[in-house]
Amino acid sequence: MTISRRQFVSGVAGAGIASMTASNPVLAQNSGPIRIGMLAAKTGPLASGGIDMDLAMTMFLKERDNTIAGRKVELTVADTTGSPATARAKAQELIEKDNVHCIVGPLAAFEALAIADYLNEKEMPTLGVSAAEDMTQRHPSPWFVRLTSTSAQCAYPLADYAAKDLKYKKIVTLADDFAYGHEMCAGFQRVFEDNGGKIIQKIFTPLTTPDYGSYVAQVKNADAIFMGYAGSNGFRFLRQFIEYGLKDKMAVIGGMTALDESVLRNMGDEALGIVTTSWYSAELDNPLNKAFAASFRKQFKYDPGYYAGGVYVTAEVLEAAIKTIKGNVEDKKALMAAIHSNNVDTVRGVVKLDEFGDAVGNVYIRKVTRKDGRLVNSVIKTYPDVSQFWTYDKTAFLKNPVYSRDYPPAKNLEQ
Amino acid sequence: MQFWIIQGLNSLSLGGLLFLLSSGFSLIFGLMRLANLTHGAFFMLGAYFGATALRSYSGLDIWVAALGAGIAVAAIGGLFERLVLTRLKTNTLGQVLVTLGMSFIISDACLMLWGGDPIPVPTPQSLQSPTRILGFVFPTYRLVLVGLSFGTAILLYFLLERTRLGAMIRAGVDDRQMARAVGIPVSNLFTIVFCLGAGIAGAGGVLGGPVLSAYPGLDADMLPLALIVVILGGIGSLLGAFIGSFIIGFIYTFGTALFPELAYFILFLPMIFVIAVRPQGLFGRAGA
Repeated sequence: MTISRRQFVSGVAGAGIASMTASNPVLAQNSGPIRIGMLAAKTGPLASGGIDMDLAMTMFLKERDNTIAGRKVELTVADTTGSPATARAKAQELIEKDNVHCIVGPLAAFEALAIADYLNEKEMPTLGVSAAEDMTQRHPSPWFVRLTSTSAQCAYPLADYAAKDLKYKKIVTLADDFAYGHEMCAGFQRVFEDNGGKIIQKIFTPLTTPDYGSYVAQVKNADAIFMGYAGSNGFRFLRQFIEYGLKDKMAVIGGMTALDESVLRNMGDEALGIVTTSWYSAELDNPLNKAFAASFRKQFKYDPGYYAGGVYVTAEVLEAAIKTIKGNVEDKKALMAAIHSNNVDTVRGVVKLDEFGDAVGNVYIRKVTRKDGRLVNSVIKTYPDVSQFWTYDKTAFLKNPVYSRDYPPAKNLEQ
Repeated sequence: MQFWIIQGLNSLSLGGLLFLLSSGFSLIFGLMRLANLTHGAFFMLGAYFGATALRSYSGLDIWVAALGAGIAVAAIGGLFERLVLTRLKTNTLGQVLVTLGMSFIISDACLMLWGGDPIPVPTPQSLQSPTRILGFVFPTYRLVLVGLSFGTAILLYFLLERTRLGAMIRAGVDDRQMARAVGIPVSNLFTIVFCLGAGIAGAGGVLGGPVLSAYPGLDADMLPLALIVVILGGIGSLLGAFIGSFIIGFIYTFGTALFPELAYFILFLPMIFVIAVRPQGLFGRAGA
């Protein structure tokens, strides 16, 4: 038997419509467990973050005895290996084989972008942690939310702090040469220069840079460098920066992943005093986080950072929404509406979502200090309710092109 | 002026690092006609061994750690050669494929054992303060790295040119059939060279550690560099690997400093040029 493409398409579409109309009466009985799928890179170069995502989610569910709103919860974790193609295959597997009700993850922006259209088409509630700006700006999806931050969202307060409190005049930015680094440095530059500072040099290094020495030697003389790195690259760059004796001459400040707890736990005194920004710190002084960080540290022997914290916040918001709709996760529209409308108290503080699905919440300026023998990110200033648009007008903001290597243009570069 | 001197020293230190990485690769490639794709993984394994040893024993010397890691990685390499590669000796493509598989196994094993976080290899205490040259500073360890690569090159030169083992290896590189015919145990020679190549990579991983650190993906970052150096310098030629390393060191460093936009393919330019003009490499023999 042969099926023409047209027959096949109409058949699939018909099945889709049939299941949509049938879903409410049949599944409202709340039969079976709530199935949560998670896309995390547990092997490959991004594994550190992916493993932390898994640990935090598993811990969250265990604390609740794997039950939310009276229904059992089943977690399926799929390893994306940090590759877009695998992420796509795993997303399909979670949705079509495991029939999950919602997806948490994936970790990296290029994975998220590779599956965005597919998840949207499948109308799959997705709670991401990756930072790509346009996923909640120029191309938002009603099925996608992010409880962490866009690439630039945490860089704005730090730029403000660097200009006003630290009184820096000239800064050199450095980051990995991909969208996350471009967007973060662009956002930092915009706010820093709007407050009278100057970005005198922007350096983007390839993701696989064997030797940072040639870049360190290029850094021009400024008040500080801003590191927009993620993962091991920032760590490797910083070590070379110190080896060249430059940390004694210039201050170092960094974005939300530059000195994440996962990097900090392998560093020494050289990290002391570095100021970074994030929507989270394992040191946050609120009851929820105190319990979470202590329990995480007790189980896994290190502090939770960006990915563990991000997934925990996401899980808290998801739990609140599931409770609001009384466990009826089969009604995906109601689930998304509940996620959007709730203000949830989480380990990062109270967080709510804007109309594009991006988090509005506190952003913290942190400084590396030593506490009980280990390095921690102590909070030194809190910027309340930071939105992805900072203080800019939303409509005007969205009319601009998305942040990139060349936008906004850097006018103060020194030759 | 300062720019040229600093970047010149940077080029030398990167070249030194590349030689520690690629000399073993070149040896194995030359004798066994085998592109050993496990080489990057051996380098990474060495870096992890070194990082762990130096972290566990605070007084340990990095040189001792490098020696120990080199021996350990050489042993692993030897086992791999004896147990796996020899069984495929008539099937070169199969051998290449199996070395690729082995590199996956090693990198996943490293991830299980050491986790996904980058682990620093500490710079030796005595070399931590930067050296002052003509009023500007340069990391002392990088200068030492250049010296180390020269030392390694001289040692390998003596081994290959002045010892009986070296003569047998050279005979094997030049004409394997004839070497066998005159009674050189080529099969044992393969194991020895494979151990030696893996061992240099392992020790190189430790010595490169203060610059590179140990992190997941180090293997995949390093392997293409070894390939580029060897293709440029000529397969199986020690001199080729040596000169090739420093050429790449200079081109990469000055390329990324002067033309940052070219950072992605600047490494491949000399390789393309050499392949077009002199396919056997700068110091390789035609038909080798």
